[in-house]
Amino acid sequence: MKKQESRNISAGNFEQCTKCTICTVYCPMLEVNPFYPGPKQAGADGERYRLKEPKYYDEALRYCLNCKRCEVSCPSGVRIGDIIALARAKNSRGVPKLRDVLFANTDLVGSVATRVAPMLNRALESKPIRGAMDTLLAIDHRRILPRYAEEKFTTWFAKNALAEQSKYGRSVTYFHGCYANYNDPQLGKDLVKVLNAVGFGVRLMEGERCCGMTKIASGMLSQATADAKRNLAEIRREVGEGRRVIATSSSCAFALRDEYEHILGLDNHDVRSSISLATRFIYRQMERGNIKLAFRKDFKMRVAYHFACHIEKLGWSIYSTSLLRMIEGLELLLLPSQCCGMAGTYGLKRENYNYSQAIGESLFAHIESLGVDCVATDCETCKGQIEMSTSVKVLHPINILAEAIDVEATRKLNDLK
Amino acid sequence: MPLLLVVVAVGGIFLVTEVLPWTLSRQTAVKRNGKYDVIIIGGGATGAGTARDCALRGLSVLLVERKDFATGATGRNHGLLHSGARYAVTDRESAAECIGENRILRTIARHCVEPTDGLFISLPEDDLGYQTTFVEACHRAGILAEAISPEEARRLEPSVNPALVGAVRVPDAAIDPFRLVSANVLDARLHGAEVLTYHEVVDFIRTGNCIEGVVLRDASSGELKRVEAKVTVNAGGIWGHLLARKAGVEVGMIPAKGSLLVFGHRVNQMVINRCRKPADADILVPGDTICLIGTTSDRIPFEDIDKNEVLSTEVDVLLREGAKLAPSLATTRILRAYSGVRPLVAADDDPTGRSVSRGIVCLDHAERDGLEGFVTITGGKLMTYRLMAEMATDLICRKLGRTAFCTTATTPLPGSKSESKRESRRGRREFISMRAGEKGAEGRHGDRVEKISFDKPTDAALVCECEQVSVAEIKYAIESLDATTLVDLKRRTRLGMGTCQGHICAVRAAGLLGRASGDSEGALSDVASFVNERWRGVCPIAWGDSLVEAQFTQWFYEGVCGLGEIVDKKDREEMI
Repeated sequence: MKKQESRNISAGNFEQCTKCTICTVYCPMLEVNPFYPGPKQAGADGERYRLKEPKYYDEALRYCLNCKRCEVSCPSGVRIGDIIALARAKNSRGVPKLRDVLFANTDLVGSVATRVAPMLNRALESKPIRGAMDTLLAIDHRRILPRYAEEKFTTWFAKNALAEQSKYGRSVTYFHGCYANYNDPQLGKDLVKVLNAVGFGVRLMEGERCCGMTKIASGMLSQATADAKRNLAEIRREVGEGRRVIATSSSCAFALRDEYEHILGLDNHDVRSSISLATRFIYRQMERGNIKLAFRKDFKMRVAYHFACHIEKLGWSIYSTSLLRMIEGLELLLLPSQCCGMAGTYGLKRENYNYSQAIGESLFAHIESLGVDCVATDCETCKGQIEMSTSVKVLHPINILAEAIDVEATRKLNDLK
Repeated sequence: MPLLLVVVAVGGIFLVTEVLPWTLSRQTAVKRNGKYDVIIIGGGATGAGTARDCALRGLSVLLVERKDFATGATGRNHGLLHSGARYAVTDRESAAECIGENRILRTIARHCVEPTDGLFISLPEDDLGYQTTFVEACHRAGILAEAISPEEARRLEPSVNPALVGAVRVPDAAIDPFRLVSANVLDARLHGAEVLTYHEVVDFIRTGNCIEGVVLRDASSGELKRVEAKVTVNAGGIWGHLLARKAGVEVGMIPAKGSLLVFGHRVNQMVINRCRKPADADILVPGDTICLIGTTSDRIPFEDIDKNEVLSTEVDVLLREGAKLAPSLATTRILRAYSGVRPLVAADDDPTGRSVSRGIVCLDHAERDGLEGFVTITGGKLMTYRLMAEMATDLICRKLGRTAFCTTATTPLPGSKSESKRESRRGRREFISMRAGEKGAEGRHGDRVEKISFDKPTDAALVCECEQVSVAEIKYAIESLDATTLVDLKRRTRLGMGTCQGHICAVRAAGLLGRASGDSEGALSDVASFVNERWRGVCPIAWGDSLVEAQFTQWFYEGVCGLGEIVDKKDREEMI
């Protein structure tokens, strides 16, 4: 038969599901929540009914964490998480709650919050205020919210780093994302330190917006699309000038590469392969012999690596762990690959708090039993969850790398003055 | 004062004509001396409809079926609630019957009907001039047909072939034949009818020139039973040809086989037809969670009417022609192929059986052949089943000397008595928050869902995940809808009709069946025949994802469950 031009409406490959049910084994939510129908029922099975009549949409789909572990486990390439996310965005009714809008607009909230950071951080720690937020905004009072920085990463960069970046022969563009910018500028500073040491100049994109992951998770697709289009235009310019774009947050990288196409329906194939994760970029540059690292002789650290959901979906945890293994004096332990329960802003919400903690419970116990100096992970919200739920500090692999390298020796190795 | 008189007069007439015959007939709705007023042979739509009509009119009724309900042509077609437009040009009488019944069924069988509307599209290779003839013929038959622009057609139905040059919108709809038959049987029983499935008529009881009943063989025990009735109705579809011969009369029927393909999900939301003279594979119907393309049309010999084969050549035609209606069919997963045999009544020598009238044939063999007590009702279509039943019951009542009137055109079937939550504006909120199993049950059983108890925590647990069939619904089908095997359950609930074709649900449902019947060994052999029956439909289209699925199913049932070892002793049929 002649090949037909066709619009295949079995979106997300839901028809490729062979009902093997493996995804239900890997779903962290299904294990702790009997009201969640599970990825198979909520995804491929439910999709047939939603196509029949949207009224068959099951409200229990709101429990989905968007961790995409179902997709990683699927042997048939069904984009289960995408199917659920789209069904949610299309069918959940009504205007989003104020809380969800606040959580989704991380960049807007962040830019305001950093201005009043000292006051805000203290306020967020006070019990009465957390109680009030629980009542008014349904943000669980037991949850410790991320602290805001007093100086944004971008401000620091403009003041302290921008001028010297042009000295380097090679350059790379850093997609810092909201977290590094508003909450943890140290991560951005550490990345600049490492990249500069190996001879890469760092560029930022002036028009960078939030990657949109939080908006996608809250079903605010039109706002996410607006941000995504802006970001893609910026990224295209950078890629056009021959630079790669790297992120420190695995969720940002995942959103830019996959969610833009699969959830927002934007065509990003021209730049997709140029978007990477910081650890992956550094590892591959080393592998090709483009850069070299020298480490401090006195560095000693026992680290447990936590596999964040979205880095597992990207398939890139191997780069972070391999990079960490290269560090002399670092003992690396691998935690079992499991969700910590935070899932971005999911665990902040009062109605999800108990599920969130139940999902992570065994992970937290495991971490406590290891006696490590810190946990390493590429995801900022996992960091928040693990730090809140255990006594262990959590660092990004880049933080650790920055601490471990001998800057002078590294510069020398890379023929820099 | 005059107004009062009018009211009293109207009331009086109503009492005499409607209520009195009904109350009188209610009193006589018992069989006397083991003799029924009427035995109806055939558990398809026509037989079930006739049983209901007779029961509503107060006759004592026995409905017998050699297998399960809707196993013949009733359950083996498009499930299309024709607007009649398809026949408007060639057969105006059929077209008028269709649109009349179309309107009636939307009311009395609302829980079986999905008001999708339909399009008749003209493609570049079709004669656009036919559209004018078509629209005029529709209007003459009383069918609301409206020519719309190709852009409008693409907007209404995004899956339609974008190359179309013209389209006509008609009031087609989708109807679920299994639910329809089940609701008719249920209502017949609620009105006193008795029903025997898996009972085959092996002989007629004949005294002189009169049929006085039938001899039945119970398929499970092999036991023979004699039952007597004043009138015996042959509603056996194509098998009615053989039944009539057994009774000693000839009804020249033509077995015309039609094959169809079931796709994995709904590609289209409206029925899509070709606007041209009826031909192969020119109707695409969205039915429940799937869509169907069909049919082919081939005359077959009577020896083959139980085979239900689908040839690869037919699959090719269906796919090639189907993709012309909706191009995405070419890349959509196919679940299975099946075929049915139309009971056409010979009128001329057309070898395809297509130009034969689809008209209803109601024969009083006393008048026609001098054989008393025997009536044949055949021809027609799924969607004219009620009219056929009405004609047959009118004839039966005449023969019995009864005067009761037909009320089936206005009496809703069980399940359609009231607006369901799914349909109503007010219930919408509540419907959305229901669990998947409850939604599935309400969608299938309409207001009868209130008879299904979801009280226990496990009741809403899904047995069939593809089709959202819950434990509670399976229990209801076993207890109230005469389901005794897994294939019966499939027809009552859609169990195993989804993407996995029984892979997940067969064992689970068998567990419930075994618990209900106390025969776990029987339930186990039932799993084997069910899985084999599903495979028969998958076999003609076994490639790609469907083949992967089938192999996985085989691996599971043969390897994990060890079903290959079980010899299916109780295979009651070459079922389907």
